[in-house]
Amino acid sequence: MFALVAGIYIHIPFCRKACYYCNFHFSTSFQIREEMIQAMLKEISLQAAYLKNQSIETIYFGGGTPSALPTENLQQLLEEVKTNFKVIGDAEVTLEANPDDITVESLKQWKEIGINRLSIGIQAFQDELLTNWNRSHSSAQGLSAIALAQEAGFGNITADLIYGGPGLTDEDWLSNIQRLVDSDIPHISSYALTVEPNTVLAHQIKKGTSSEPDDELANHQYEILQAKLKEAGFIQYEVSNFAKPGMESKHNKNYWTGAHYLGIGPSAHSFDGVSRQWNIANNVKYIKALESGEIPFEKEELTKTQQFNELVMTGLRTSMGIDAQRIAILGESYTSYLKSEIQYHMDQGKIVINAEGNYSLKPAYYFFADGIASDLFFVEAAPETDLS
Amino acid sequence: MKNFRNFCVIAHIDHGKSTLSDRLLEITKTVSMRDMKAQTLDNMDIERERGITIKSHAIQLYYTRPNGEVFTLNLIDTPGHVDFSYEVSRSIAACEGALLLVDATQGIQAQTISNLYLAIEHNLEIIPVLNKIDMPNAMVEEVTDQIIDLVGIPKSDIILASGKTGEGVDKILEAIVEFIPPPKGDPAAPLQALIFDSVFNSFRGVIAYYRIFNGTIKKGEKVRFVNTGNEYHADEVGVLQMSQVPKNELSAGNVGYIITGIKESKEIKVGDTITVAAHPCKEAIKGFEDVKPMVFAGLYPIQNEDFEDLRDSLEKLQLNDASLVYEPETSIALGFGFRCGFLGMLHLEIIQERLSREFNQEVITTVPNVSYRAYTKRTGLMVINTPNDLPDPTMVDYIEEPYIHAQVITKPEYIGAIMTLALEKRGNLTHQHYLTTTRVELSFDLPLAEIVFDFYDRLKSISRGYASFDYAPKDYRKSDLVKLDILLNGEPVDALSSLVHREKADAFGRKICAKLKELIPKQQFVIAIQAAIGAKVIARETISAMRKDVTAKCYGGDITRKRKLLEKQKEGKKKMRQIGNVDVPQKTFFEVLKLD
Repeated sequence: MFALVAGIYIHIPFCRKACYYCNFHFSTSFQIREEMIQAMLKEISLQAAYLKNQSIETIYFGGGTPSALPTENLQQLLEEVKTNFKVIGDAEVTLEANPDDITVESLKQWKEIGINRLSIGIQAFQDELLTNWNRSHSSAQGLSAIALAQEAGFGNITADLIYGGPGLTDEDWLSNIQRLVDSDIPHISSYALTVEPNTVLAHQIKKGTSSEPDDELANHQYEILQAKLKEAGFIQYEVSNFAKPGMESKHNKNYWTGAHYLGIGPSAHSFDGVSRQWNIANNVKYIKALESGEIPFEKEELTKTQQFNELVMTGLRTSMGIDAQRIAILGESYTSYLKSEIQYHMDQGKIVINAEGNYSLKPAYYFFADGIASDLFFVEAAPETDLS
Repeated sequence: MKNFRNFCVIAHIDHGKSTLSDRLLEITKTVSMRDMKAQTLDNMDIERERGITIKSHAIQLYYTRPNGEVFTLNLIDTPGHVDFSYEVSRSIAACEGALLLVDATQGIQAQTISNLYLAIEHNLEIIPVLNKIDMPNAMVEEVTDQIIDLVGIPKSDIILASGKTGEGVDKILEAIVEFIPPPKGDPAAPLQALIFDSVFNSFRGVIAYYRIFNGTIKKGEKVRFVNTGNEYHADEVGVLQMSQVPKNELSAGNVGYIITGIKESKEIKVGDTITVAAHPCKEAIKGFEDVKPMVFAGLYPIQNEDFEDLRDSLEKLQLNDASLVYEPETSIALGFGFRCGFLGMLHLEIIQERLSREFNQEVITTVPNVSYRAYTKRTGLMVINTPNDLPDPTMVDYIEEPYIHAQVITKPEYIGAIMTLALEKRGNLTHQHYLTTTRVELSFDLPLAEIVFDFYDRLKSISRGYASFDYAPKDYRKSDLVKLDILLNGEPVDALSSLVHREKADAFGRKICAKLKELIPKQQFVIAIQAAIGAKVIARETISAMRKDVTAKCYGGDITRKRKLLEKQKEGKKKMRQIGNVDVPQKTFFEVLKLD
C-alpha cells in the first residue's frame, strides 16, 4: 500500500508587486500583515486534528511572496505548526522566494529557523520580459540569488521558468534553461505562460497591447525543455517538474499522489483523502472569521467517480502513472471502465503500463495530459449507480 | 344546411391568425375566458413557441346573429408554412370562404398571396381583414391599397380589426354569415367526404377530419377511403368543438371527425375521399395527391446503442405526422441510423426538435439532399435519396433534379440583390409584378436543392427581412451533378457527402472545408479536411493541433478546479462523434450547411 505522508501548505497572501499573468490570491498591501499572521496562527491550532495525527513530512510556504515576510513571522508560523503537529525531524521545509528578497542576511535567518529548501521565482533571464511581466527583480538578481543561496549552504534549490510567452525566442529559452543547468541546482519547475481571467495580461490581450501566447510555440519550447533537461541528467517526474535523482519536491509530489495535506491561510486548499476544502480567498474576511474563531472555507465530499477522475488526472501528470491499486479500491467496475477506455490511447502508443503496473503517459505526450485525462473521465450520470 | 358556414383563415406567420381565432372562439362563447390558453388552436408546444401552425385543426362555433338566428361556423385552420402547401390546399378545398388576414404593420407577404390565389382558384368567397390596426406602426392606408390591388374589391369591404383588442371581430362574424355562401350538397346522395387533416391520439388511434360534400356519414357504418381502397368500421363520428362531440350522423355541408381504430396515421392520406362501402360514390373528390417527401437527410443517434430508441421515437412521430418517412440506413461514419424524408427544411427542423423535446432524443442530422432521378443506361430510372446511392458516373445516362416555382414579395429596392441571389442559385425569373408601388412580386423557377442550402437566411439578410418567400414543387429537369466527398485525415465521411451542380462544386467544396475548420475543435493532432470529386481533391483546410491545456500552474493543491474544468471538457466530448480518429461535434453535420 501507499505510504501515508502528510504535508502542510502555508499561504502568504502578500506581494510587493502584482505579476501581470498571476491570478493566485495575494494583496500588495502589507498593512494587515500582523493581523494576518495572528489569524493564521489561530487557524493552525484550530486545525490541529485535521491530519489525524499523521506525521508531517513537508511544510511549504507559498504565495504570494513568503520571502517578503519578516523572518520572525515565518518562524512564528513554523513553531505553531510544530506545536500542533507531529513534524518529523528531517521534514522538507520549502520557502518560495523572489530573487530580490535573497540576501546573505535573509538566507542566514531562513536557515536558522529551519528552512531547508528554496523555490526561487526566476521565470526568465531577459530584463525586457521581466519588466513586461511586472516582476520585481532583474535578470542579474536572478543569477546572483541562486549563487548566494548556494554559498549560504542551500543545496536543495528549485527555480521556476516560464515559456511560451510572447517575446521569448527559442534562443532565449535555450539559454535560460542552460543557465539553470549550469548553476547546478537539482530541481527545475517550468510552466507555460497562460492567460488567466481577471489578470492584467488578459486585459492587455483584450485591448490588443499584448499578443496571445502561441500554442505551437509553447509546445515547441516544451519539447526543447524536455530534451535539454534529460540531457543534463534531470528526471521529469511530473509534467512541469524536473529533478536530479532523489531531489524531487516531496511536497508537490504529494498533491499528485493522493497524500493528505492541510492548507493554512486565505485561499489555501486542504485534502483529507475523501474531501477537499478551500479557504476564502479574501484577506479581510479571512481575518475577521478567524478573529471570531471560525475557519471560512468551502468543502466538497468526493464521490467515488470524482475520486476516480482525480486519480486519472493526477496520475497522468506523473511518471508514476495512474495508481492501479487506488483505482481498484474504488471498485472493479472502475478498473474495467478505465481498461476499456484507455485501450484507444494505448493503441495509439501514448500510454504504456509502467514498471509499477500503472498506466502512464509517455513523456512525449505529457503536453496533452489534460486532454487525454478528460477522454478517460467518467461523467455520465446514469451508470453512476452501478459504479458507486 | 343554409345556416352552415365553412371557412378558413389565410394569413402569414405572425399576422395574428391564432389570436383572431381565439377571439372568435371567445366571442361565440365556444370557449370561456377562463379555459382559454392563449392561442387555443395551436396546441403543439413547438407551434406555440414558434408562433406558427404546423398542422391544421378544425373547430365548430355557434354564432347568434343580432336578430337571434343561430349559425354553425366551421373554422378550418391552415398550416402556416411553405413546406405544407398541399395540406393548405386541402383545407381550402373544404371551405366556401376565407378570411384574408393581413397584418397592417407588415403588409402582404408571399405566402399569403399564393394561398389567396389557391382560395380564388377554389372559388372561395374572400373576406379581407386588416389586422393589428391598434398598433402604432400600422400602415392602414398603404396595406389597404395592397389588398384592393390584389382582390379588387371596394375599400369599404375591408374589415378593420384587432385580434388583440377584439375590435372588428363582430363585423367579421357578420361578414362570414352574410357573404360566404352556405354549403351545397345532397344529404341523400352517396357519401363524399374530403379528409383535410388527421391527428393521432394514443388512446383512440388516428382521428380523421373531413368535410362532407354529399351524403351522410353514420356511426357504425362501414366506410371506404377511396384512394387507398381501405375499408373501416366507423366506430365514432362527431363534430369538433373544444373537445370531440360524438353524433349519430353528420350530413352534407358539415365538418367532423371519424374514429375507426386505425393505429397508424400513414393509412390516412390527406385529400382522400371517405365514402360508404355499401353505396360508394361514383368518383373521388378531385385534387388528391400522394405527397412525396422533398428533402432527405440521415438521422443518427449520438450513441450507437440508442438506435432502437430512435426507431421507436420515429415510429411514434409518424403516428401523427404521416408526411414523415424513414428507412434504416448505415453510415460508415455514423453507424446505424435512418434516412428520413421530409416535406421541406422546416419540417426537418420540426422533427429534430420534436425528437429532442418529446422523446429526449438528440440526433445527428446529415447533410440534407433533395430526391434526384438518375436514368441509368441499363436499369432505367433510379430514385436517389442519398448521395451514396448515386451509381458510378459511367453508368448514368443523365440525372434530373426537382425544380420549384418560387414567389418572393419584397420592396423594389431589394430586387437587384434578390435577382443576384436567385441567379447564383441557378434560378430564372419567370415573372415580375408590382403589387403596389412599394411592393413587388418576383417569380422564379429554382432547383429545390438550392433552397436547402442557406437560401432562407440569405434572402432574409439581403432584404433586411423585407422579403417573404413561398414555393410549390414544379417539375424535374436535367442537371449536371457531381458527388462531392469530404475527407477528414484521408477518411471519407459519408455523412458529409453531397450532390452538387458541377459548376458550383469548387466553390462549394472550399466553403464547406472552411466551415468545417470553424466547427471542428482543435485536437491532439493535425487534422486535414479535404473536399474531393472522385479522386480529385478540390479544396483543403488544416486544423492545427491543440497545444494548450496542460501546463498551467496548478495552484497549491487546487485539484478541484482542474478536475471540474476537465469534467466540463469531457461533457463536451461526449457530444461529439468520432470519425476515424477525429472528434466531430454533432452539430457539425447540420451547421456545416449554414454557409455565408
